[in-house]
Amino acid sequence: MVIGFKDAAKLVGIMIIAFCAVMVCNMFLNFYIDLVQLEELIQPGPMQMLYEAQKINAQVTCGVTGGCLGVTSVVMLIFYVKHYIDTHRKNLGILKAMGYSNGRIAAHFWVFGLSVLIGAALGYVGGLMMLPSLYDMFGKEGMLPAREITIHLGLSFYLMILPAVLFGALAMGYAWFRLRQPVHCLLRDMPGKQKVKKHRKDSENTGLFLTELKHSTLKSKKALVFFIIFASFCFSAMTQMAFSMKELSSEVMAATILLIGLVLAYTTLLMSITTVITGNRKTIAIMRTFGYSRKECANALLGGYRGFSWIGFILGTFYQYGLLRVMVDVVYAGVENADGMMAVYEFDHLAFWISAAIFAVSYEILMYVYSEKIKKLSVKEIMLE
Amino acid sequence: MIEIKDLTKFYGTGESRFQVLKEVNAKIEDGDYVVILGPSGSGKSTFLNAISGLELPDSGEVLYDGKDITKLEDAALTAFRKENVGFIFQQYYLLPNLSVEKNVKMGADLVKNKDYMSMIEAVGLAEKRHKYPSELSGGEQQRVSVARALAKKPKVLFLDEPTGALDEETGRQVLDYISQLQKELGFTIVMVTHNLNIADMAKTVIHMNSGTIQSVDHNEVQKSAYEIGW
Repeated sequence: MVIGFKDAAKLVGIMIIAFCAVMVCNMFLNFYIDLVQLEELIQPGPMQMLYEAQKINAQVTCGVTGGCLGVTSVVMLIFYVKHYIDTHRKNLGILKAMGYSNGRIAAHFWVFGLSVLIGAALGYVGGLMMLPSLYDMFGKEGMLPAREITIHLGLSFYLMILPAVLFGALAMGYAWFRLRQPVHCLLRDMPGKQKVKKHRKDSENTGLFLTELKHSTLKSKKALVFFIIFASFCFSAMTQMAFSMKELSSEVMAATILLIGLVLAYTTLLMSITTVITGNRKTIAIMRTFGYSRKECANALLGGYRGFSWIGFILGTFYQYGLLRVMVDVVYAGVENADGMMAVYEFDHLAFWISAAIFAVSYEILMYVYSEKIKKLSVKEIMLE
Repeated sequence: MIEIKDLTKFYGTGESRFQVLKEVNAKIEDGDYVVILGPSGSGKSTFLNAISGLELPDSGEVLYDGKDITKLEDAALTAFRKENVGFIFQQYYLLPNLSVEKNVKMGADLVKNKDYMSMIEAVGLAEKRHKYPSELSGGEQQRVSVARALAKKPKVLFLDEPTGALDEETGRQVLDYISQLQKELGFTIVMVTHNLNIADMAKTVIHMNSGTIQSVDHNEVQKSAYEIGW
């Protein structure tokens, strides 16, 4: 077998993203389906306004969460397939040389869909467990007719089976596309002609080696730049939203959002940094052999991502501010809460600065931990690989 | 001068523990051209790794002008490698995403050597300085690794089977470049090889077997890369 179940298990990042996406979507879709069944009981006036607001809320949450996390999962899956092929070029080349077709090899990539299935299944169950809190939160105004929690099992097909099948098919299709290269290129670990042409211009720039290495590391895996931005975006948006939402929703929901944000952020960040380090083990080994310090190695390989992480943080800040602004000023405009008051939202400066400080400290700690890992890489072991 | 005293190294643990280096003693003079010969498993690569600071021995001393590098902390050992030694490996280990020029700059920048282009010219690759490793032949890649190692102006150049992956003609060419550059720059060469003929190029030949030095020979006449057998 080309790819084993162990390889699929390494896709923890996709598993977690699938978990979060399906959990949120399951909660809000279940709620939405129950909500629209009340339509005939809705009276014009404040009740109608609240009903419409809750409908839009559920639609936006499902759309934004499902859409964003879905796109991120697709990018991550493509990244993993590419990374797997790049790191197993010789083995795949041998299989092709022996007569295995691209399609036959690519077919084994179906197991990558398993990670989505596992994550989605856990997320589906998690979503069901969170339903009571969600219904309590949306029912606290007491204006809408009482809703019984109904578990819509049909959703399990759309949120678990279908994504797993689609992601499995995507993994196979993309693997087939990536495998369409001459056997000798795979065996000799050579890049395709296009890649060399693309980099030709870069080779003519002459800067310091460490700066050049920083640039080439960033360019060689552009998807990681996306993941770093995504991780910091999640951290920033979800932590700030959780603090700001305490008064707009419930503490349970705020805690859930905070937890989802932290899990998504740290999983993606750890996955990205680990990929950079493991993908550059030989580079690090040869640099250490020549006398570059671990700090210089870490800075050249990981330092380039710092700026992007802050771009993600700022984007996350704008996103959460914009979303809450729209929710309060547009979706829930004119809707009174349980205390008969209108919801008010202002940018939470304290949440911003606390979130920024925690992000900066935790990011730098991670960088330090990984630079210590570089110290532990055995030059000899890597050379013997 | 490099002085090696009672160098001992074990690999493995428990019942599979075995001694690779058995209290090895040797002296390498500045500017010497040393070739270490021996069959597979004789300990020659471990010996090279230990005296170059890549691997710590279990006991013994490796003294560079009286300074024992086996006692150095990681940061000090890194600084030692930066200032004193260069490496050339059988598998080249060039950085695949960087051009020839940038690979050589990796060595040059460590010692702020602005004249690294002369090293690329010296190994005959000026025309190909913008090429990537995957676009070069094995011999050319090894010449890049020679230029990279020498661009950092090492006092000692360690070579582990530098011609192991090359055909005869390319192997001779690479050895010739190295010899000529040594005459010009005066660094010390310590080379591990299984090719007995290369020993004719050396001043000093160390024969190793079963983790010990069996004999040390000195050649009165050093042959060029094109005069030796293959």
